[in-house]
Amino acid sequence: MDSFTTVLQLFDSTIRLSAPLLLACLAGLYSERAGIFDIGLEGKMLAGAFAAGAVATWFGSAYLALLAAVLVSVALGLVHGFASITHRGNQIVSGVAINFIAAGTTVILGQAWFSQGGRTPSLPNAARFNPINLPGTEAMRGLPIVGPLYYELISGHSVLVYLAFLLVPFTWWVLYRTRFGLRLRAVGENPAAVDTAGISVPWLRYRAVICCGVLCGIAGAYLATAQGAGFVKDMTAGKGYIALAALIFAKWRPVQAMFACLLFGFLDAVGIRMQGHPLPLIGEVPVQFMQALPYILTVVLLAGFIGKAIPPKAGGVAYVKER
Amino acid sequence: MSQPFAKLPAWADYGLLPLINLIVAFLVAGLVVLLVGESPIDAAVLMVKGAFGSGDGVGYTLYYATNFIFTGLCVAVAFHCGLFNIGGEGQAYIGGLGVSLVGLWLGNFLPWWLTFPLAILASALVGALWALIPAWLQAKRGSHVVITTIMFNFIAASIMVYVLVGVLKPAGSQAPETRVFAEGGQLPGLGWLLELVGLSMRSAPLNVSFLLALVAAFLVWVLIWRTKLGYEIRTMGFSPKAARYAGISELRIIIITMMISGALAGMMALNPIMGAQHRMQLDFVAGAGFVGIAVALMGRSHPAGIVLAAILFGMLYQGGAEIAFDMPNISRDMIVIIQGLVILFAGALEHMFRPSLQRIFYRLGRAKNRTAAAVIAGGNQ
Repeated sequence: MDSFTTVLQLFDSTIRLSAPLLLACLAGLYSERAGIFDIGLEGKMLAGAFAAGAVATWFGSAYLALLAAVLVSVALGLVHGFASITHRGNQIVSGVAINFIAAGTTVILGQAWFSQGGRTPSLPNAARFNPINLPGTEAMRGLPIVGPLYYELISGHSVLVYLAFLLVPFTWWVLYRTRFGLRLRAVGENPAAVDTAGISVPWLRYRAVICCGVLCGIAGAYLATAQGAGFVKDMTAGKGYIALAALIFAKWRPVQAMFACLLFGFLDAVGIRMQGHPLPLIGEVPVQFMQALPYILTVVLLAGFIGKAIPPKAGGVAYVKER
Repeated sequence: MSQPFAKLPAWADYGLLPLINLIVAFLVAGLVVLLVGESPIDAAVLMVKGAFGSGDGVGYTLYYATNFIFTGLCVAVAFHCGLFNIGGEGQAYIGGLGVSLVGLWLGNFLPWWLTFPLAILASALVGALWALIPAWLQAKRGSHVVITTIMFNFIAASIMVYVLVGVLKPAGSQAPETRVFAEGGQLPGLGWLLELVGLSMRSAPLNVSFLLALVAAFLVWVLIWRTKLGYEIRTMGFSPKAARYAGISELRIIIITMMISGALAGMMALNPIMGAQHRMQLDFVAGAGFVGIAVALMGRSHPAGIVLAAILFGMLYQGGAEIAFDMPNISRDMIVIIQGLVILFAGALEHMFRPSLQRIFYRLGRAKNRTAAAVIAGGNQ
């Protein structure tokens, strides 16, 4: 195996690993751009993954599983909305609560329904999102450089991966080129102005929270039915927080969010690959260091050493209409 | 919106409202139990029996409560300053380093009553230092303490795995834990305390850290409500602008508060390490740092409330372990759900029932006034 193929495989797993991050990160983007902080990305993803695993086991359909994941995740998102928009509760407290509820419920229900220690049964390929080969893969495979690049890197992912990356330009378009996007950004910066213009602040924020739920659900479905074959206890393993870190890294912008997620996915892929392989100059890097690197990078960024990350102005603050 | 609301009497504000929130949280948890196919009432009976039915049950309940008092105080102190410290988990985890160093080294030749204060200092110091960086970043660079403390939880977990697997594990051992401390690194149990009330404790790990936790709760009360520093902390939490006008240094208060908060979380490590297991194991915090959030919210950030809430959660932990024997579908993860629901209803939705309660009190007050007026009018005729 030559080094070119190794690098290609590294990038290939980077794409696989960053897809759920990207979905969750874009989910957070809709919510936080509308002024609703969301620590609960992790919990919504986890609940979505469980719903997808359970429904795929019962009905054997990946698309039904996706639908279930989205519904469950949106429901949790609406709980967050109910607490933080309608009742003006603390958004961070509410997000933390959702993470715990999801972490506990998935294990308890998983154990009660499937009796496999909190996991869902292993899914057959028919109930999963399988890799799809793009047209012309075999024909182009013989070409130098372009062929393997197309074959290894671009083709052969599940449909959800392509969806995740297509959502980046789509989100950009929604955010910067549509009326909804303009209002979404405005309500995160200055809700009073939006209100003065006669637009309902709560309804706009609820829509943002629903968008967030949909995307977290897709991310969860990806984990349980595309990347893995079934739900495993605590399978998000902090991905929701890394997505949050990526969002801050990207300063709440869609295209940059993609690059941040690719960076974190790349670190993850390198970390997996480097286990047991010492580096030429440094020696063997502990796995734990590679695992902690995204968090360390985020802290360094937050400290303002790599440019300042300024959150949406009205983020985290409930809007009080009448004064 | 503009309907006049009666101000709630103190007992309703601090007693009734949290009680309603708690009951709703448990009702929803009961629904989950139903969904699993068990009876919520049977589960509740089993839980209370498991937690208070025997001397060992009480011992375990109070042992878990000790952890939650420390982490609850940690969250509460930060709350008073308007800061949300989610990093209790990581601060307690790292605090274990301080405890272990004292236990492994000084435990060999000092008696426990000398290692104990040193271990308290070491754990508090390490926990405080781990909270210092997020505090400094918040105060100086404006990066949100919530995000940085979450990140620091993950970093702490990575460091501890590295340290336990690579550095502190004795040669030839497979388990990621330190060696068992010598005699001087082991805290005495509190069996005599339970014997005073006629209970006997055989295997429960309740130890003197419980008394330390109660002392810490009292000291936190003194600090927050009886000292100048506490007044400044509360002013900062109530209105940072007012604090600035009053000449209170934001930097100083944020850093001191977060360090106190981190120190309290760090001291939690004493209980499982020196008190119960006499060695440091992987993931010994086991979510206690996060339970602290629920405990602080439920206890309304008051030490007395926190001790009560911590005992309640200790009961849930111990009772939850007992339930699992009779109802295999309900494991300790049930507690995680209850914890989440308590955080949701006592924290994020704490105002949900307030308007209706205020309306009821307003009506009651008006009705009372009217009858009083009628009595007076009747007397005049």
